[in-house]
Amino acid sequence: MFIINCPYCGEREQSEFKAGGEAHIVRPKQPTELSDDQWAEYLFMRKNIKGIQFERWIHTHGCRKWFNVVRDTSNDVIKAVYKMGEKPPTK
Amino acid sequence: MTKNLRVKTSKFIDETYKVSFKFNGKTYYGYKGDTLASALLANDIHLVGRSFKYHRPRGIMTAGSEEPNAIVQLHSDTSRTEPNVRATEIEIYEGLEASSQNCWPSVNFDIGGINNLLSPVLPAGFYYKTFMWPASFWEKYEYFIRKSAGLGKSPTEPDPDIYEHKYYHCDVLVVGAGISGIMAAKTAAKNGFKTLLVDEKSYLGGSTIYQNSEHFKINNQTSSSWLDKEINEIKKIENLEIKIRTSVAAFHGYNFLLARENLTDHLPLNQRNNKIRQRLLKIRAKKVITATGSLERPLIFDNNDRPGILLSSAVEKYANFFGVACGEKNVLFTNNDSAYETAISLIQRGINIEAIIDNREEIDSSLIKETEKNNIKIFKGYTVVDTFGYKRINKISIMQLSKDGQKVIGAKKSISCDCLGISGGWTPAVHLFTQSGGKLKFRNEDQVFIPDVYSSDQISIGSCNGDFTLDEILSNTPQILKEFLNLKETNYENLEVKSSFNKSKRNIWLLPSDKVIGKTKPFVDYQNDATAKDIKLALREGFRSIEHVKRYTTTGMGTDQGKLGNMHALGIISETAGSKMGELGTTTFRPPYTPLTFGTIVGRNVGEYFDIFRKTPIHEWHVQNKAEFENVGQWKRAWYYPKNGESMHDAVQRESKAARDNAGILDASTLGKIDIQGTDASEFLNRVYTNAWSKLAIGKCRYGLMLNEDGMVYDDGVTTRLDENHYIMTTTTGGAATVLGKLEDYLQTEWPELDVYLTSVTDHYATVSVCGPNSKKIVSQVIPDLDFSDENFPHMSFKNAKIGEIKCRVMRISFTGEHSYEINIQANYGKSVWEKCMEIGKEFNITPYGTETMHLLRAEKGFIIVGQDTDATMTPIDLQMDWIVSKKKYDFIGKRSLYRSDTIKEDRKQLVGLLTENPDEVLEEGAQIVADIKKSPIEMLGHVTSSYYSPNLKKSIALGVVRGGKNMMGQKLIIPMENKQINVTVADPVFFDKENKRLNA
Repeated sequence: MFIINCPYCGEREQSEFKAGGEAHIVRPKQPTELSDDQWAEYLFMRKNIKGIQFERWIHTHGCRKWFNVVRDTSNDVIKAVYKMGEKPPTK
Repeated sequence: MTKNLRVKTSKFIDETYKVSFKFNGKTYYGYKGDTLASALLANDIHLVGRSFKYHRPRGIMTAGSEEPNAIVQLHSDTSRTEPNVRATEIEIYEGLEASSQNCWPSVNFDIGGINNLLSPVLPAGFYYKTFMWPASFWEKYEYFIRKSAGLGKSPTEPDPDIYEHKYYHCDVLVVGAGISGIMAAKTAAKNGFKTLLVDEKSYLGGSTIYQNSEHFKINNQTSSSWLDKEINEIKKIENLEIKIRTSVAAFHGYNFLLARENLTDHLPLNQRNNKIRQRLLKIRAKKVITATGSLERPLIFDNNDRPGILLSSAVEKYANFFGVACGEKNVLFTNNDSAYETAISLIQRGINIEAIIDNREEIDSSLIKETEKNNIKIFKGYTVVDTFGYKRINKISIMQLSKDGQKVIGAKKSISCDCLGISGGWTPAVHLFTQSGGKLKFRNEDQVFIPDVYSSDQISIGSCNGDFTLDEILSNTPQILKEFLNLKETNYENLEVKSSFNKSKRNIWLLPSDKVIGKTKPFVDYQNDATAKDIKLALREGFRSIEHVKRYTTTGMGTDQGKLGNMHALGIISETAGSKMGELGTTTFRPPYTPLTFGTIVGRNVGEYFDIFRKTPIHEWHVQNKAEFENVGQWKRAWYYPKNGESMHDAVQRESKAARDNAGILDASTLGKIDIQGTDASEFLNRVYTNAWSKLAIGKCRYGLMLNEDGMVYDDGVTTRLDENHYIMTTTTGGAATVLGKLEDYLQTEWPELDVYLTSVTDHYATVSVCGPNSKKIVSQVIPDLDFSDENFPHMSFKNAKIGEIKCRVMRISFTGEHSYEINIQANYGKSVWEKCMEIGKEFNITPYGTETMHLLRAEKGFIIVGQDTDATMTPIDLQMDWIVSKKKYDFIGKRSLYRSDTIKEDRKQLVGLLTENPDEVLEEGAQIVADIKKSPIEMLGHVTSSYYSPNLKKSIALGVVRGGKNMMGQKLIIPMENKQINVTVADPVFFDKENKRLNA
């Protein structure tokens, strides 16, 4: 069970959080202009990386805030956390 | 007449405290401090159980948690009886009752023993191969296979004992209180770390504590007396907590460990009342020091499983710790120096040794010299080729090993014995290390896997790290600790250590025999009866992955998880397949290290605490009025109110009729309620619902449908505009939490620019819903100050009101199709409002109704229930609810998906009404719908989602989803049932009051 450093509350047990899948998938501003394929790309396609993955988490049983996590999926080490809207760390 | 094999007093056994216990119905005596195994051995009992597959007699093999054979059924009562308890771990107590498992009628005469004779035709994979054909027969085979398999019996009554879970936080956790663990705990605690030291045994000090030999000394004291002082010292350290009888079951990522603390299993039965039996510790440690020690390896030779064959280290422990001789004619068989430690312990205690068989030819160490000094015959370069004796070993055959160790040569010699101690060297107990994600490396010189790469802030020390000898432990451990805890020094610098152990070892995974392998039974996994022959067979049949060989032969799949034999299985695979051990890898070490009871796993979460449930403020009234309840999400909802022994059907029919004829009252408090405020609230609703919200007037209500981004219906409910920038949204009972979560998600991540605030107010309000032709008469008396005229208070509108001094919100909305009001009031007034409605309603024949009637009434109206009539594959178009999808809005969640190539297909499953040919026949929900029953295979068109007998229409009605159903109005379809077919006609899903006259009546 991970310990996740919520950017608003600090370190908490994983059981307080819920994972929300891959991060930085932005909802298209004009969905109606998209082809089926383009919409499907947004709707269904996810990377499922082995290694460094950017993902969304929410502190469900805490501040209820969404934020982003950089996690190495091969060993579950969390490299960074940052708030929604912030730029992902480059290193 | 049993013999007494207690040889000499031991300080670990209290000989003034006699304990009686029962084994297989017979009473025996032992002493306080004994395990069941040591007490049985003291009574000269080796035969404890039968093996899993061949029902071979099996005896005590080890003195610890790795025991594969001596597993017993504990307690005889049906609530506490516990299978697969290791006799080597359970401490005896007054009143203990244990019995052998996997044998019938008795361990001495076991019918299943026939399998041993049949063993040539029961190879690995026998069941897979034999019971495959014909496939339809599997169910019949399975019954008999299951009956003959299985070790021990489960309890049949609820567990009366108390268990609990506890979180534990510390700076340093030390797992294992052997010599290195004690050193680590002292060092950590003395340097200010909050430390927890745990050990699965009932005492501290591991195997060193009963080492009395002059051959192992620290600072001129025997290693045990040196360690004794250390133990006394650590008991006084304040920031060090010590937990014995505590076994770490699992080591997860981020240094999260689960441990089982055994609190009462060693106490006499009459001292256990109302005490917590076992506690699951959920430990979060900043740093973990693993000092789990090592397990002695057996040797793999023909018939190496007879009762009386034990690990050499176990023979030593029984002698030194328990003061018990495992036999009167002992033989030791070894490939390394460990057996000579045993020999010297036995000599010290006056226990007879007949001979020592050593695989090695040229050996020379002070231990061996000392042994020889005592006139003990050592057969150097020899191996055991066979053993004899059915229920107890009585003889062994030995032969000389060839130079390469591949063959046996020379003449066979026989040695009679009643106990054979075997030692194949040591295997580091790396189970926890690998569970945590650590990577092992293979050390060639002594053929062991040791920790290499750590996955978290942890370290392994002592023999689990491959340091097997006393001098290695004492010189390496302080260095490792200093680095790990970032210290300048430890208390263990410059110790003077005498260690006579010579590390030479002749490792032969499968010892040669004078017989061909097919004629031998060299057991690799004792508990599961997997032999070297089975492993070789698996390889011949093409299995290569160690994980596949494991599953095919069941090696390592018993309750002991193959702690003894897994390394040999690997070795034999490596030799046979010609691959290197290091490249072969190991099978996965899975938690728990030793089995946990279900009680420990569930802790306090039993009975009414099994799962949390929610009660409405009106719950007590429902209970008093004999409602039956159903679970909806976490809520307990009144399901129906049976009167005078009514059946559910009769109650629901009565309630449904009453609600339409007079008045009905429903507790709707469980509906999710979300308070939405902010200047962008209307815009927000526009984006999350399919229909338009901007023009909804203040004081009006609107039904809304919520989709997922994939266009599928997700939730529905009525939302009311309370004020310009203030709405109250209702959701389905089960969907409340997920809807709130989804709305928050969009607000925080996609549309943070919107000024909207969401608050869950589900628990803040009680909701009393009164419906039916008399509803207005009732509610207008409950709230006399409010103008209930249709002009002032039309359908789909809302009014603020007061009942006495208490504010409430009244909505005129309807899920039943009747003229209906919902009173929302502060939760703690809910029950009194309900009771007031009941009191006033008496005159108007008000009838309380539950969820079942609610479902029936809404089905008459063709209103959907999300989750019952929909299943995440239904769009609003599929539901024939095109009217609720705004054509004008540019975007809302799910809009784009409504015209994907798949969602615009004409032949999607669509919601329709279904009427049976026979109006009295009620369909089964979930039943399949087909058009042509003769076609093979039959094409499934859909299924029934809701079905009731409608007392108001006096006929059966149903809703269902049918492929292309929208264009099938009036068409005849078939519902095939087990012994009949039911003919139905596709109909409009609205069955009752199509014109909605009653809403305004």
